[in-house]
Amino acid sequence: MMFVVLVLIQVLIFNQVHFGGFLNPFIYVLFILLLPLSLPRYAVLLLSFLLGITIDWFSNSPGLHASATVLMGFFRSPVVNLISLKESDQSDFPGLQQTGWRWFLTYAAILVIIHHFFLFYIEVFSFENFFRTLLRSIASSMFTVGIIVLSQFIIFRE
Amino acid sequence: MRNLFRFILQNHVFLLFLLLEIVSFIFIFNFNRYQKSSFLNTSGRITGMIYESYSKVEDFFRLPAANRQLAEENARLRMLLGVSSTTPTLPDSLLLRRTGGENQYRYIAAHVISTTVSRQQNFITLDKGLNDGIRPDMGIVTVGGVAGIITHVSPSFSTGLSLLNTRWNVSAKLARNNYFGSLVWDGTDYRRALLNEIPFHVELAVGDTIVTSGYSTFFPEGILLGTVESFEKEGGDNFYNIRVRLSVDFKSLSWVEVIENTRKSEIDNITQLNSGNDKLD
Repeated sequence: MMFVVLVLIQVLIFNQVHFGGFLNPFIYVLFILLLPLSLPRYAVLLLSFLLGITIDWFSNSPGLHASATVLMGFFRSPVVNLISLKESDQSDFPGLQQTGWRWFLTYAAILVIIHHFFLFYIEVFSFENFFRTLLRSIASSMFTVGIIVLSQFIIFRE
Repeated sequence: MRNLFRFILQNHVFLLFLLLEIVSFIFIFNFNRYQKSSFLNTSGRITGMIYESYSKVEDFFRLPAANRQLAEENARLRMLLGVSSTTPTLPDSLLLRRTGGENQYRYIAAHVISTTVSRQQNFITLDKGLNDGIRPDMGIVTVGGVAGIITHVSPSFSTGLSLLNTRWNVSAKLARNNYFGSLVWDGTDYRRALLNEIPFHVELAVGDTIVTSGYSTFFPEGILLGTVESFEKEGGDNFYNIRVRLSVDFKSLSWVEVIENTRKSEIDNITQLNSGNDKLD
């Protein structure tokens, strides 16, 4: 359900958002962020792939988003282990309310950055204009994280 | 054998990760090699329908701008005809006969239901397809000039490369002295593109108009592309670096016309004949 909603929000609204052809937020990754932590890793990977390929289907970019989401899905559990210092930090459902804002922000930021960097560099497919792409990734990542945090206040309140 | 199974079981996450990445990259590379990969799918039925219903809502808010554009275009066309808006006139039969009884180019109006400007490869999806006479390799133009070219067609939708696509270029020329080159988009700014292959001896000025050359069968000659914004000579090269300000605003693309060249097959046949002869020599 959330899958469908996020994909639609992404392709219909956020794919149209671009400031000066520069900033594109990809908020659909929220789906991967919010998967329960107890979910087996292979399931996370498969769902990530499914999500990526669906977005690709809508944006004429076969494999591009899929490769980035799979990478993100793969790094999810190492990142969770890395930033959860105390056992008590871990709640099964990641979220601003459930796990505390500091934990969630670090978690979201690291994974979004991984995803965006990979995505933008694969899209350009060269290190030409290296700094331009770098700036694009950083700016878009910040924007995405901002929207993800906002969405936590607006929609997923229960 | 048992060790192999144990290895797979222990590393199943990593192996699955590798497998999925490899699949993704196969998609990416196939697409790179050959643009007409069957994956291109915004002209597909489901995605087409979703985009269409959404764009209907979006259009409502663009009506004032669309009206203004149409009115401007009407005015321009009337000026070309040289008639006042109140007196209806019969079409000039002489004009028709000059091109051999029928026009070489036919225009099909279509509506853009999805487009992007911020990717490296941008596409345009239209709400008309096979049933409306749209075929691959037809040009897409709008009020401001060239917008793109059709690549995929389904019964009622079609997808095309936008001019803002790093894998495509247009044969262009300078309107005032007919020197031609190719216009490419470098993937940085949706308002600007580069004009290549213009040699140093050509006279240039900022503000010169750039139009289609008519050497490709996609567009008729003389459709506006943009104006020269800046140019410079770079050492070690025989050609100018020309920055072009595009005349089409790709962000507000909404109504377009698809150009059908009724003699395309004839032209293609005869050019093929030439390239065939080259191989024989």
